[in-house]
Amino acid sequence: MSSISTNVHQSTLDDPKWLRWSLIAIALGFIILFLCVPLLLVIIQAFSKGVAAYFSALNQHDMLAAMRLTLLTALITVPLNTIFGVAAAWAITRFDFRGKDFLITLIDLPFSVSPVISGLIFVLMFGAQGWLGHWLMANDIKIIFAVPGIVLATLFITFPFVARQLIPFMQEMGSEEEEAALSLGASGWKMFFFITLPNIKWALLYGVLLCNARAMGEFGAVSVVSGHIRGLTNTLPLHVEVSYNEYDSVSAFAGASILAGLAIMTLILKTLLEWKQQSSRQSH
Amino acid sequence: MSILLSHISKNFGDFSALHNIDLEIPEGELVALLGPSGCGKTTLLRIIAGLEQADSGHIFLNGEDKTAHHVSERGIGFVFQHYALFRHMTVFDNVAFGLRVKKKEHRPNEAIIAKKVHALLELVQLDWLHDRFPDQLSGGQRQRIALARALAVEPSVLLLDEPFGALDASVRKDLRQWLRNLHNELNVTSIFVTHDQEEAMEVASQVVVLNKGHIQQQGSPADIYDYPANVFVSKFIGQTNEFHLHRHTSDWLKQTGLHIPQESDSIAHVRPHDIEIINALDGNSPIILKDWQHLGALIRVELTKKLHESEPKTLYAEMPNEQFKRLNLTRGDRVELKIRQAHWFNSL
Repeated sequence: MSSISTNVHQSTLDDPKWLRWSLIAIALGFIILFLCVPLLLVIIQAFSKGVAAYFSALNQHDMLAAMRLTLLTALITVPLNTIFGVAAAWAITRFDFRGKDFLITLIDLPFSVSPVISGLIFVLMFGAQGWLGHWLMANDIKIIFAVPGIVLATLFITFPFVARQLIPFMQEMGSEEEEAALSLGASGWKMFFFITLPNIKWALLYGVLLCNARAMGEFGAVSVVSGHIRGLTNTLPLHVEVSYNEYDSVSAFAGASILAGLAIMTLILKTLLEWKQQSSRQSH
Repeated sequence: MSILLSHISKNFGDFSALHNIDLEIPEGELVALLGPSGCGKTTLLRIIAGLEQADSGHIFLNGEDKTAHHVSERGIGFVFQHYALFRHMTVFDNVAFGLRVKKKEHRPNEAIIAKKVHALLELVQLDWLHDRFPDQLSGGQRQRIALARALAVEPSVLLLDEPFGALDASVRKDLRQWLRNLHNELNVTSIFVTHDQEEAMEVASQVVVLNKGHIQQQGSPADIYDYPANVFVSKFIGQTNEFHLHRHTSDWLKQTGLHIPQESDSIAHVRPHDIEIINALDGNSPIILKDWQHLGALIRVELTKKLHESEPKTLYAEMPNEQFKRLNLTRGDRVELKIRQAHWFNSL
């Protein structure tokens, strides 16, 4: 089917050779200039003082603390947002209720609001001058300029990813198979684990991957709530910025190289998952 | 197991899908829920299954009130219109599913499950496909696997939603016969939904005709065909010629030999095979033979009736091929009609 339709399109959209080649050249040029060259520079800079300097930069106390904090943030936010995403997608695709469209819009909110604003909202709520500031101080709970604030901000920023991935997929899938499972005597949980989950697993993993990439790479919102305390409230992206501002370029680029590696891994996994998802969808 | 529905109503917003449905289905019947699309037949089936909740009314299976029971606890087997086979499981795993999800104390061991699944696959004559995936099967095969899967949990009631709707005409014919025979073998009370009156008449032992959320008539196929309860059923169940009784029509009908029983009944429905065609002896007959079509063993004759100033009206008559040949008619010939019988209805 698809090969036939692409053939038809190719013959109707048969542009002259020079146009095709120049478009390809422009696209490639942009990718090289804005993606490959910077990536290369990051690596060159990271190793500019030698391999030993690179590894000792990675071994610094503050760098390790930043990596730990980034990992911790991802470990808390990704599972929570996975549960939230599945629940939201389930509610939206399987039930009819008032305000459904509003809920879908709300899920998109973190995408449409600038991350800095998202961070500021948390400062306004939990900061010293914020709504809950006095009560929190009185009870000796620190949220802003501490780890809970970073986790909260990341949670907010990354919560659309899983739900956004699952909603269209589950809508397309329909609920007949789930109804069939129920009619055969399966309980709700068995239906979910034996029928729903196997069907949505690739879309779900894809959403989790994107969610994780953003959770580890988020800068704006986290920057507002973190307070940039070295070794305590700096995540990896924040640590890179702080190091760079202090002219510690090896440390900054070493940190950046870790983030870049993470991005490349994400891209590879993402392609793999897309391919898996497509082949499982084509098979029916 | 007998099914009893009492006062079932269901609304979707302002739309009344089912209106105060009362229905009793004795044990062992194979019932067709027949009606045009949008008449509420699928909704009714889903309410019996528990996939949909009625706004009011009660559902009794074998005398037990199951209205509040979840679909997984009603002991029904449901075959979906598009089969809804589990796409990530083999045919074997699909059929085994209902047995494997049973609670631990009722769950048979894998050896018993395997034996049972293979027996069911034998029953639907598809055991050789047990390790295939649903997307490797044809429509008819999927249909039969879906049926085997529903039967695996030994349901007391089998519900089928448009079971032949998505199949080719030739496969459909075979499967209808097969389903009828299977029902005779298993004797599970079964209900299937269809919009095809021919299918309902051919397969079912009882037909329930629905329209606009109301039951129009319930009875055996012969009852429904020979004694339609109203104009809707008469028209829906087969081709018919409709006559509104004005003075001229009434006089003309008397001439065709039809006995007109009551003055209050003012609509007559005449089945095509109840019209006999005779060569007109004089040239004054208002009926002209317009055309004919071959329907296999029968000929359908298209006639035009033109009475006085009224609009010309097309009538259909059916007769065996041989009989039509003997009449030796051509297009444009004037003919006379003998009408053997009619169904009479009040105009509303």
